[in-house]
Amino acid sequence: MTERKFVKPLKPKVDVNKVNTRILPVEFEYFEPRTVKEVVELLSKYGSDAKILAGGTDLIVRMKQRFIEPKYIVNIKKVKELNFIEDRRDHLAIGAATKLREIENSGIVRKKFTALYEAVRSMAGVQIRNMATIGGNLCNASPAADTAPPLLVFEAKLKIVGLDGEKLVPISEFFLGPGKTVLKHNEVLAEIWIPYQPEGTESAFIKIARVAMDLAKVNVAVALRTEGGVVKSVRIALGAVAPTPIRAYKTEEFLTGKELSEAVLEKAAEIVKTEVKPITDIRSTAEYRREVSGVIVKDALLKAYERISGR
Amino acid sequence: MGKVIRFRLNGRPVSIYVENNELLLNVLREKLGVMSPKYGCGIGECGACTVLLDGEPVLSCLTLAVEVDGKDVVTAEGLARDSDLDVVQRAFIEEGAIQCGYCIPGFILVAKKLLEENPEPDEDFIREYIRGNLCRCTGYVNIVRAIKRAAEELKFHVGKNK
Repeated sequence: MTERKFVKPLKPKVDVNKVNTRILPVEFEYFEPRTVKEVVELLSKYGSDAKILAGGTDLIVRMKQRFIEPKYIVNIKKVKELNFIEDRRDHLAIGAATKLREIENSGIVRKKFTALYEAVRSMAGVQIRNMATIGGNLCNASPAADTAPPLLVFEAKLKIVGLDGEKLVPISEFFLGPGKTVLKHNEVLAEIWIPYQPEGTESAFIKIARVAMDLAKVNVAVALRTEGGVVKSVRIALGAVAPTPIRAYKTEEFLTGKELSEAVLEKAAEIVKTEVKPITDIRSTAEYRREVSGVIVKDALLKAYERISGR
Repeated sequence: MGKVIRFRLNGRPVSIYVENNELLLNVLREKLGVMSPKYGCGIGECGACTVLLDGEPVLSCLTLAVEVDGKDVVTAEGLARDSDLDVVQRAFIEEGAIQCGYCIPGFILVAKKLLEENPEPDEDFIREYIRGNLCRCTGYVNIVRAIKRAAEELKFHVGKNK
């Protein structure tokens, strides 16, 4: 490979408005493996110099902006084992390289995992959803990743494949911080297993963003099961309010066994505000995020509850 | 470092050498002279570089050219038959939906797919579907009207064209 003689490497945190995003100013070797085994072998061989190309909607942008300059690109779009949606009795399995658009168009996702359907629908435009993958959304580990809160409330498990074999990691243990996951350089996220929820469970997803195309200021998913108006089981997860997507365990605990009255919902919203740890960034302020977290958790609970009542 | 890729471009076979780090948009515009896909934002926000890849709208500025080996690419150039414009193209002209024109090829390709999926779209459906395309002239009202018009004309012509 020729050296990048003409390109002076920029430090990360360059002014992205001054970067030429017309071209890809990085040279790399390119691979199109057909099996997960080949993917893992390539990753093991090239270590941190290699990057997986799934949808490319984040990777290519970051390469254009020279935040990263991988020497090896492993395109997993043609790996069939990573590209499927399959009903497996107790869980729905989704290949990590499955495009968001395919998930959105899956009847079973829409019916059984409504919050995931709504999350995917809320993301970017149709072109991006035709490219971006669920695995890419998770592995980028953005605190604002829209598919994370729904998968957290469904308690999904992630099948990770490495040289030594495979393992299942609960999604609650997958994220370590912004851009950081438990994945090692020689491992690939292969499948997302979403357990079917007990009969009567309904879910909802709500996102607050500046415009429809933008990333979330705050997003939330809930999965709710009630009996005669009393909460039997509830799970709540939020994004963009902490270094990783989080579950609101205290709020869940408070709600369990209670009747969903206005007063109870108000109190739940107050507890949520104590559980989030938002920051101020270009999209929003910490104060706003905290305040809105309470509001949209309440809204999402009501939305899920209406679905239970409306069935 | 690169390779020779073969793909269909607007129905015709193409065979061309591309570098690994070349983007589909640049190959189309600079090597193949296909000028309807535009460079807008370069980071996946604007939709000006939209092409249909195996029938699906995608962003050519975020697609490596090496990836389209064996695939089918359609741009706005591939819609008209000789001098006969496509129904969607005509509807855009008739509704005055084109101002500066920069975003229009992207809009038209997305509109093609939209109408294929839903031949009777309402305004909400259209606005939702085209949200990945930005028009800096803000001509959205006429664009939405043009897509509705195209839907009506397609309905009217069903059977006639076949």
